[in-house]
Amino acid sequence: MSTLVIAQHDNADLNIATLNSVTAATEIGGDVHVLVAGSGADGVAEQASKISGVSKVLHADADHYKDAVSVELSDLILSIAGDYSHIVVASTTSGKDLMPRVAALLDVAQISDIIAVDSANTFKRPIYAGNAIATVQSSDTTKVLTVRPTGFDAAATEGTAEIAKIDAADARGTTSVVGRELTVSERPELASAEIVVSGGRGVGSAENFKIIESLADKLGAAVGASRAAVDAGYVPNDYQVGQTGKVVAPALYVAVGISGAIQHLAGMKDSKVIVAINKDEEAPIFQVADYGLVADLFEAVPEMVSSL
Amino acid sequence: MKVLVPVKRVVDAYVSIRVKSDGSGVDTDNVKMSLNPFCEIALEEAMRLKEAGTASEVILVSVGSPEIETVMRSGLAMGADRAIRVDTTNDLEPLAIAKILKYVVEQEEPGLVITGKQSIDGDNNQTGQMLSALLGWPQATFASELKVDGDNTQVTREIDGGLETIAVALPAVITTDLRLNEPRYPTLPNIMKAKKKPLDVIAVGDTGVDPTRRTTITNVSPPPERAAGIMVGSVAELIDKLKNEAKVI
Ligand SMILES: Cc1cc2nc3c(=O)[nH]c(=O)nc-3n(C[C@H](O)[C@H](O)[C@H](O)COP(=O)(O)OP(=O)(O)OC[C@H]3O[C@@H](n4cnc5c(N)ncnc54)[C@H](O)[C@@H]3O)c2cc1C
Ligand SMILES: Nc1ncnc2c1ncn2[C@@H]1O[C@H](COP(=O)(O)O)[C@@H](O)[C@H]1O
Repeated sequence: MSTLVIAQHDNADLNIATLNSVTAATEIGGDVHVLVAGSGADGVAEQASKISGVSKVLHADADHYKDAVSVELSDLILSIAGDYSHIVVASTTSGKDLMPRVAALLDVAQISDIIAVDSANTFKRPIYAGNAIATVQSSDTTKVLTVRPTGFDAAATEGTAEIAKIDAADARGTTSVVGRELTVSERPELASAEIVVSGGRGVGSAENFKIIESLADKLGAAVGASRAAVDAGYVPNDYQVGQTGKVVAPALYVAVGISGAIQHLAGMKDSKVIVAINKDEEAPIFQVADYGLVADLFEAVPEMVSSL
Repeated sequence: MKVLVPVKRVVDAYVSIRVKSDGSGVDTDNVKMSLNPFCEIALEEAMRLKEAGTASEVILVSVGSPEIETVMRSGLAMGADRAIRVDTTNDLEPLAIAKILKYVVEQEEPGLVITGKQSIDGDNNQTGQMLSALLGWPQATFASELKVDGDNTQVTREIDGGLETIAVALPAVITTDLRLNEPRYPTLPNIMKAKKKPLDVIAVGDTGVDPTRRTTITNVSPPPERAAGIMVGSVAELIDKLKNEAKVI
């Protein structure tokens, strides 16, 4: 039994969600290998070789792996899949884009977004926006899984795996990346931050979101948002927390002007401590909050900022 | 160019579901069912392509039992020209759905397939990507903007770091994200018209797809409950609790 973990990276740095998927792989048991496919990503292969629990890093270097285009990566993974009983990737947007292709080409099912490994063929995953947890048993010879990073601790980085070069698969060239508009921020990354401060429709405008940002900066936190705040254009799409956005589980999550719809709760209710600030005492967010404060956010949040 | 839109019937997004006490699943009896919201977005985008003269025909397809026809009719009321139901009472996995959709694609030869990114019941996020892989077509998932211009079709995608724009060759499979559009509400005349639109039924056996499941759901349980919290009376009290009780700041 051996597991192939697909590393996620931008050719320079390993995405730390990869560390959580290695932990899931370790829980499955057997050898753990990591695939780094990229262009000029030697540094990433190096970083991957230090992940504890990994015995080998496979490194494929080609121009057509530069942008992590799934159509290209799935052919590469297919070429080595025969050596593995399990293939896993973190359920980031690129992991979700890639893995179902791999499963379909192997003619096996994919089990999405696992949060626990019960055994080598049985896994737990949330369904219905996390309102139910399904235990799923696979009868496929190759188990293809995406791993919810918040379900597993990050692996340590004290390993010394060997790095082996492998051949690239032929390029298809049917997809090209024209451009990227990436959110640049000095703040911690939303998906892995220790503290997250999120704003909702109650914040009222993009301008007002500065109130949320100043609280986040006081706490050294990442900024998140509800769908309503993103749809209204207050913040970019990648701030969305929820069933169909990012799933976070920080030590502290502060929800400001967010009602607490099930789709939002799906993305944050596994946070360790939840604070809700809302002027409506009936807001459902208070049902999951450890500390609730019924207040006008335009008074409470600036007061918090000045007293911290 | 024909556009094919696969749609799924799901428990409505605003229903709070109940897990059955015997662990066998989620109680869907007498629960409001709707078109999966991401499928509505897919259908809306297809309608806009038709209105722009890019698409010649919008065909809706859904795999399931006769019960799903009600939501298929609401898709027709949004404007789709006709519908195909692949009849099965089996609870199929995304892989089997994708294989069945591949069969329909081969019959209909659309230039574009637009699926939702995710069904909000199973939260799989698989079918579109699987279909693309099986067809050997390019894919553009999580679309928030679509510009179809012959060989230079561009899709802006919602990714973890922000937005990415890719060019894909047609035919392709596109999956929709929330910001792609705001689906229209069917008008009463269109609801009436939808009743007469063609809705063809194909037996799943005709597709040649083996519906055997590869996974078994052995148990469904409610998520762990959070311990009850407290209400605080002031910002000062909140900060004190966070510092001295929860010790998180
Ligand atoms: C298919 C689908 C997917 C979805 N995915 C997601 C998702 O991933 N993430 C997500 O968040 N949502 C998602 N949603 C949307 C979700 O259902 C809710 O509509 C959304 O979360 C509401 O956002 P909100 O709480 O900011 O807005 P609202 O529900 O409008 O709540 C605003 C809150 O602000 C409070 N407020 C207003 N003014 C003030 C003030 N001055 N001071 C204090 N409080 C104030 C109000 O009391 C209210 O509780 C999805 C919906 C669908 C159908
Ligand atoms: N039974 C079905 N019939 C037709 N299309 C489906 C079906 N199930 C899923 N789809 C399509 O695949 C998308 C993603 O679903 P899923 O992979 O289940 O999350 C949906 O939004 C639909 O467009």
